[in-house]
Amino acid sequence: MSWTLDNLDLVAELTLSHIRLSVVPIVLSFVIAVPLGWVANRNPTLRAVTISAGSLLYTIPSLPLFVILPYILGTRVLSEVNVLVALTIYGVAVMVRSAADALASVDKDTRQAATAVGYSSWTRFWRVELPLAGPVLLAGLRVVSVSTIALVSVGAIIGSRNLGYLFLNGRQRNNLEEILIGIVASILIALLFDVILVALGRVLMPWQTTAPLRLLARQPSPPRQRGGASWSSSSAR
Amino acid sequence: MIEFQGVSKVFDDGTRAVDDFTLVLPSHKTTVFVGSSGSGKTTLLRMINRMVDPTGGRILIDGEDIARLDPVRLRRRIGYVLQAAGLLPHRTVVDNIATVPRLNGVPRAQARAAARELLGTVGLEESLAMRYPNQLSGGQQQRVGVARALAADPNVLLMDEPFGAVDPIVRAELQQELNRLQRELGKTIVFVTHDIDEAFLLADQVVILKTGGVVAQVGTPGQILSEPAEDFVASFIGADAGKRQLYLQHRQGDGDVTLVVDGDGRPTGVLAGSPAAPGADPR
Amino acid sequence: MEFFLSALIWLVNPENYVPGSQSPLPISDRLIEHVLYTAICVLISAVIALPLGFYIGHTGRGRQFVISLTGGARAMPTLGLLMALSVFFGYFLSFTVTGFAAAFTALTILAIPSTLAGAYAGIESVDRTTVDAARASGMSEMQILAKVEIPLAMPLIIGGIRASVLQVIATAVVASYIGLGGIGRIISSGIGFNDNDRILGGALLVTILALVVDGMLALVQRFVSPRALRTPIFTPRAVRRETSDTRAASAGRRAVAEASADEGK
Repeated sequence: MSWTLDNLDLVAELTLSHIRLSVVPIVLSFVIAVPLGWVANRNPTLRAVTISAGSLLYTIPSLPLFVILPYILGTRVLSEVNVLVALTIYGVAVMVRSAADALASVDKDTRQAATAVGYSSWTRFWRVELPLAGPVLLAGLRVVSVSTIALVSVGAIIGSRNLGYLFLNGRQRNNLEEILIGIVASILIALLFDVILVALGRVLMPWQTTAPLRLLARQPSPPRQRGGASWSSSSAR
Repeated sequence: MIEFQGVSKVFDDGTRAVDDFTLVLPSHKTTVFVGSSGSGKTTLLRMINRMVDPTGGRILIDGEDIARLDPVRLRRRIGYVLQAAGLLPHRTVVDNIATVPRLNGVPRAQARAAARELLGTVGLEESLAMRYPNQLSGGQQQRVGVARALAADPNVLLMDEPFGAVDPIVRAELQQELNRLQRELGKTIVFVTHDIDEAFLLADQVVILKTGGVVAQVGTPGQILSEPAEDFVASFIGADAGKRQLYLQHRQGDGDVTLVVDGDGRPTGVLAGSPAAPGADPR
Repeated sequence: MEFFLSALIWLVNPENYVPGSQSPLPISDRLIEHVLYTAICVLISAVIALPLGFYIGHTGRGRQFVISLTGGARAMPTLGLLMALSVFFGYFLSFTVTGFAAAFTALTILAIPSTLAGAYAGIESVDRTTVDAARASGMSEMQILAKVEIPLAMPLIIGGIRASVLQVIATAVVASYIGLGGIGRIISSGIGFNDNDRILGGALLVTILALVVDGMLALVQRFVSPRALRTPIFTPRAVRRETSDTRAASAGRRAVAEASADEGK
């Protein structure tokens, strides 16, 4: 633990920077993806285009995207804007599908009922559709959050100051402890963000039945009917 | 002949589905288990092909204790039809029907040929042979399910609410077809339903079950209708509500027919032989 | 734009494909390495993950394990895992093999969660009534798995492998920093020499590779999907109406399962 104790300042500085580099793309991708998801639900063609574009962008490996962006954006190679933009692209790519699914998941009858009681389509979106899409949106956002935090560290290769620096530096100095501290800190940030998102979901969507908190994991699908499906086939009913 | 001897079933979660159940199901006859949900009727059925193993007692088929048999082999000797048909969605109709013969090692061509013949037996056109299950209507799927169950020519046929998911008109059709099939084939059929009218329509022997697999009454439809063993049975078959008490009502003004009405005075039919009844001799 | 043009010209320039050129050239060798590493790691991971996923999907035992594993794997920084393994292996392996061993181990580990989740979710997505009927027909557990569950789960199984392949292709680029070959070499040497052609050319090449492989696997995915479950070309209208409800229901299940199969980068 000696290295860690000697370098607490560095770890703290990199952790904060890591958080800053993660928050921006997470927030941006949410803000960009929700309108896109809404557009995607207008008609099947738009949906196909949006979702395919998302999955194509998602296919681009991270380091190549980091190094391609400066040539497109005209930024310096070492600028952290590249990292922010790249992570936002991935975030949007994942989130747009969640957003489209989330908005599509809103019960048709509920939507019609809302129109019938006199919501305009604008207020209906904000008061009815968006809140009801909340749970699925939250699930998508949690995935974006976790994977963004993990991906930020790759940016260290092109000079971004974040926990990834500990991985590169630790390898150079053959210091396993330094690398492990970086991994642990990165995972802890992911956990922290997940806790915050879940808590936010509980506050904003109090009508949701309170399921047990399952960190970093997608909500499991409901337990399936197990009609005698065990090996012993004796538990059927 | 299928014999239940003091059979009980307690599930892992402590639910007692069946308690000390003893009954003989005669060969070549149709026995219908009828009861509401939680009466253990499906559990009883599924114990016959060991989809469920009893926690007490034993079950014999033709004198042989099925607990000693390999469940997989046993199931290949017994036909099984489920409510949702349960066809394999990635296989054509013929291949679905040929499932069990193929498992028993019958060559593919032979199994398929036999399967095509069975299509006719269950009243399906041969043109459906190469369709996939999701290209069939619910009633057609159910017929394929019956054909599959018959494919290995089993002596015993288990049917778990097979017509529960189809609309009333198709259901009535399938029920008639089953009676026709049974006259031709004479299988030992065990049929589960919650519909007492279906039970009376199909059964040689009706078993009325109460919650927890307790037998309320066993008998032919006639016996049960004429002598309900207890209030539960009377209420279950609708006798207490007057549904089963029929009266003749002669209506002079309306063409001189004799109506058959239930306890509430609601008409259920026209007495055959009364002057204007359909099919009756006009003179 | 001229940077991209120049990089593309560099990519197709035959001089950069001459055997025996100085590292990181020839491009073809790096490309082959990249594909080879990916194939090997995905293969090893599939040998581990598929049977495990089938077992969990079939028995339902250990679902929680898969859910936690895939969730946890998403939080793992790949660069950290690579570097940690490389230092760790350095303690007892010779310098020359450390990088390789660490990279292969890391890539294999990273490929497991998606494949596992795809296999598990695929098996679990199969309608339980279908499985029940198969069992009641007298199929043994192995026959149910081989003849019913796996064929019906194929699209999701391939989907899981597809996500794994992308993950490995992407991470293998980074692995060049601990001495693995592959296209990452071209990019890292480009960064070292401040050579735009190499940086961009390498980056474009990996991107193209990823897109092509992903496209091919998408085709495979469609191809292995049981014919009956693809969008039917001909369905009588009456039947279509009658079955559309159940199809919508199964599409919903499929979407859930798919969602749990796709993974982070």
